[in-house]
Amino acid sequence: MNLLSMAGVFETLKELASSGGADFSIKYLTDFTLFGQKLSITTTHISLFIVTLVLVIFAICANKCIANAKEIPGYFQNFVELIVEMLDNMVDGVMGKNAKRFVNYISAVFIFILVCNISGLFGLRAPTADYGVTLPLGLITFVIIHYNGVKKNKGKHFKALFEPVPLLFPINLIGEIAVPLSLSLRLFGNVLSGTVLMGLLYGLTPFLVQVVGIPAIAHIYCDLFSGAIQTYVFCMLTMVYVNDKIAD
Amino acid sequence: MMSNITDEGLILACSAIGAGLAMIAGLGPGIGQGIAAGHAAAAVGRNPGAKSEITSTMLLGQAVAETTGLYGFAVAIILLFVAPLLGKLPG
Repeated sequence: MNLLSMAGVFETLKELASSGGADFSIKYLTDFTLFGQKLSITTTHISLFIVTLVLVIFAICANKCIANAKEIPGYFQNFVELIVEMLDNMVDGVMGKNAKRFVNYISAVFIFILVCNISGLFGLRAPTADYGVTLPLGLITFVIIHYNGVKKNKGKHFKALFEPVPLLFPINLIGEIAVPLSLSLRLFGNVLSGTVLMGLLYGLTPFLVQVVGIPAIAHIYCDLFSGAIQTYVFCMLTMVYVNDKIAD
Repeated sequence: MMSNITDEGLILACSAIGAGLAMIAGLGPGIGQGIAAGHAAAAVGRNPGAKSEITSTMLLGQAVAETTGLYGFAVAIILLFVAPLLGKLPG
């Protein structure tokens, strides 16, 4: 095989990738210009909108259900109580007496990321496989860490950057800045690797094999297991970092 | 024969090789996670009562160990699908 026909193979591969054979990239649906910047509505926006809508509807239903809660809970009330109790226990286990202040935020982020991660099961492109979604989540964590650190320790919060010796200031600074970056990249990388694997698997297998359900088995690991673990890890690390700053 | 290769093709091919090399970064997390899981298994064997706590500690440690592998993965994905080196072509 000479190199010229290699180019032909490359062309067909590219065609296959763009024709939806292996489909895992972000699609640009419409373009528009705002303040001289070219912006687009992408599949991430659509997925995020759907996820938010589902969560809002669920929240309204849960609120209605809990407002007239019964002595003997039904299925739905049981489910809601189970979620709230699990999240309460998780936050309480790490933060102890500070748990009350953070349980709302951590729970909201936990449920949001979890639903985002497993939305790949329902045919959406997981919104967390877009760095534009995970970086803000990491930055929010960064702001919470340092807001609480300054609130608790005042000036000592910044003095910690110069410890144990002032010479280590640049390394300490990089260490602080790396926190939101590694948090967001970890979530992004894990979900993206799952999305890429599933896309390749769907592009690889013929229709008959897909009907038998071979890719469905991979969904268990790539979407459910990996997504749940990464959600847990993101919330856990957020709590550990915050707790580190506000502990006595 | 080599003169048939366009500049673009060469860069794409080298990017693909680079992406493959970047995924060697997966070695480290594999070893690290394995060590963490092994020690967690030993810990559960010694103290089965603390299983849930050991599991959550293990998962947290494994997730942190995984980070460097994910950096390699990010580099590979960028090389393959963004191909930033194509923009460095003269002219």
